[in-house]
Amino acid sequence: MLASFSVTYLVIVALAVIGLATAAIKRNLIKIFLGITIFESAVNLFLVTLGYRDGAVAPIFTDAPSTEMVMATPQALTLTSIVIGVATSALLLSLAVLIWKHYGTVDTDKIRRLKE
Amino acid sequence: MITDAIIANSPALLVMIPLIAAFACPFIGRISPAVRNIWVVGAMVLTAAMALLLAGEVLSGGTVVYTFGASAAGMSIPPDSGGIPVRIVFTVDAMSALMQIIGGVTGLAVILYSIASDRRHTGLESYYTLYLLMIAGVMGMVSTGDLFNFFVFLEILSIASAGLIAYRIDRGVAVEAAVKYFVLSTIGAMVILVAIGIFYGEYDALNIAVIASRMQFTLLDQVALVLMIAALGMKCGAVPMHFWTPDAYSMAPSSITAMLVVASQASLYGLFRVVFTLYNVTLNAATVGWIIIVLGVLSMVVGVTMAIPQKDVKRLMAYHAISQTGYMLLGVGVGLAVLGNQSLLDAFGYVAMEGGIFHIINHAMYKGLLFLTAGAIFYRIGTRNLNRMGGLGHNMKYTMVFFVIGALAIAGIPPFNGFASKLMIYESVFMFNPILSIIAMVVSILTLASFVKVFHSIFMGPRLPEYADVKEAPAPMLIGMGILAVVVVLFGLFPGVVVDHLIEPAAQALVNQGAYISAVMGGV
Repeated sequence: MLASFSVTYLVIVALAVIGLATAAIKRNLIKIFLGITIFESAVNLFLVTLGYRDGAVAPIFTDAPSTEMVMATPQALTLTSIVIGVATSALLLSLAVLIWKHYGTVDTDKIRRLKE
Repeated sequence: MITDAIIANSPALLVMIPLIAAFACPFIGRISPAVRNIWVVGAMVLTAAMALLLAGEVLSGGTVVYTFGASAAGMSIPPDSGGIPVRIVFTVDAMSALMQIIGGVTGLAVILYSIASDRRHTGLESYYTLYLLMIAGVMGMVSTGDLFNFFVFLEILSIASAGLIAYRIDRGVAVEAAVKYFVLSTIGAMVILVAIGIFYGEYDALNIAVIASRMQFTLLDQVALVLMIAALGMKCGAVPMHFWTPDAYSMAPSSITAMLVVASQASLYGLFRVVFTLYNVTLNAATVGWIIIVLGVLSMVVGVTMAIPQKDVKRLMAYHAISQTGYMLLGVGVGLAVLGNQSLLDAFGYVAMEGGIFHIINHAMYKGLLFLTAGAIFYRIGTRNLNRMGGLGHNMKYTMVFFVIGALAIAGIPPFNGFASKLMIYESVFMFNPILSIIAMVVSILTLASFVKVFHSIFMGPRLPEYADVKEAPAPMLIGMGILAVVVVLFGLFPGVVVDHLIEPAAQALVNQGAYISAVMGGV
């Protein structure tokens, strides 16, 4: 069953790698945060893909055309995860604003007032 | 009648009280700061009371299962579901109860301390809101029996912690620490979510007990295990994923640092829960046990060697916190390494685990106390630089006494609590592998040496002219430190009582996976 979605899984892996690589390589804080957001999207896509069943319908029993139904849990997880992702992005961006105010830059090489 | 209802719903109330109090705090704060203080302290007292109540219930009557939205709280499996717990279930066993006590007691001590220590700052409504969210996050993480729920509470805790680390902006330096912490936390949490997705894809379940009962330990499970250990090991500040810890611990307000210690331990709890309850004997216990032991030994040694040259008192304590986390990992790792071999487990495995678990609660108390004393000193003299301190023992006698109690406890000197748990770790680990035990003792000696130096440079020496009129810390701060100090001394004087009633059930709860599963699944 997993193999039939291999294209989606390839996309997920590609997105995850792009996101993590961006977060690891880039020096601009905003780009790092974007990388994290892309990684989050990869995880969300992973959850939704897990819940996908070909030809199945939503679990509403009234007048259902087929008895093959989808358990709605992964979709619920994804929604929750998206909401958490929004909160995360908001906090990351507000931290970036504060960094810009106090350092005048978003270059991580120049944000080094903490001693090692 | 009403008390019965409270006891029956205590797992839900434990999370509900801090959540409601947190979001009401900005509105209450508009009335007056005094009312707000009463509100947040009251909420924290209630939460701590609820934690103790629930812990008493669990330790006397066994694991408490609380199902949200069910007609009866104990009905984790609806009759028409085909034997699957479809609702969110809180599973509170003795290990969770222990963590709840840590969260409740430390949370209460810290909020009393905060009332005085942060009184001069602005934006306190948000401070207390985030603080109570942290409490809700910790309580939820250690109570939940549902993996996705665990992730949600983990994120609540991370977001609230990051906000609080950056709370004193301090020309942007605190924000820098918060960015470091939060970027790593977010990536860690996403990695945990991938592991949860893998579990769901394989076993069609999110409930820890269900997954544990179906665990096959396939290749995918091994991938999930690695992801979980890496992410949770990073969150609890184990070497080599420790680099956020000194920054975050030193830049956060001291009261928050004491809570961050508890937050790290909630992640440590998550790590133990995953390894013991989710996998238990299905995994290659010796290999995973040794991985955790190596993480522990690295943390101990690197933590203490990095601590010795530090000039910033909180940074120094943060490195010691990493080092002490190593002891917990070592103790529990030894227990894990002999899991499945009953005779070795009886010979020293249980004692090692009990030592590790005992060290969790001891560490939360004495490390919290040490960070609070550092905060009291910073509050009065405005610097954390050890080279600019001196002679404070003349003016801050109570703070000095509290510091001495904390420092002797962390170095493992009797009769304080650190000695009790470290002795258990030394003895049992020596039977497992003498070299590990010797490393642990050497690290303890280095810890003592480091704290003797710190004590000397802060408190001893002649009265310095610039600190001639420094006063003792205000009363609420002393009360907060006093609560923790009393626990440190009592646990050190009566370790047997604590081990028998609190620690041993917790170790048994971790090892006995079957009891956890049957508590939720009803012996299916």
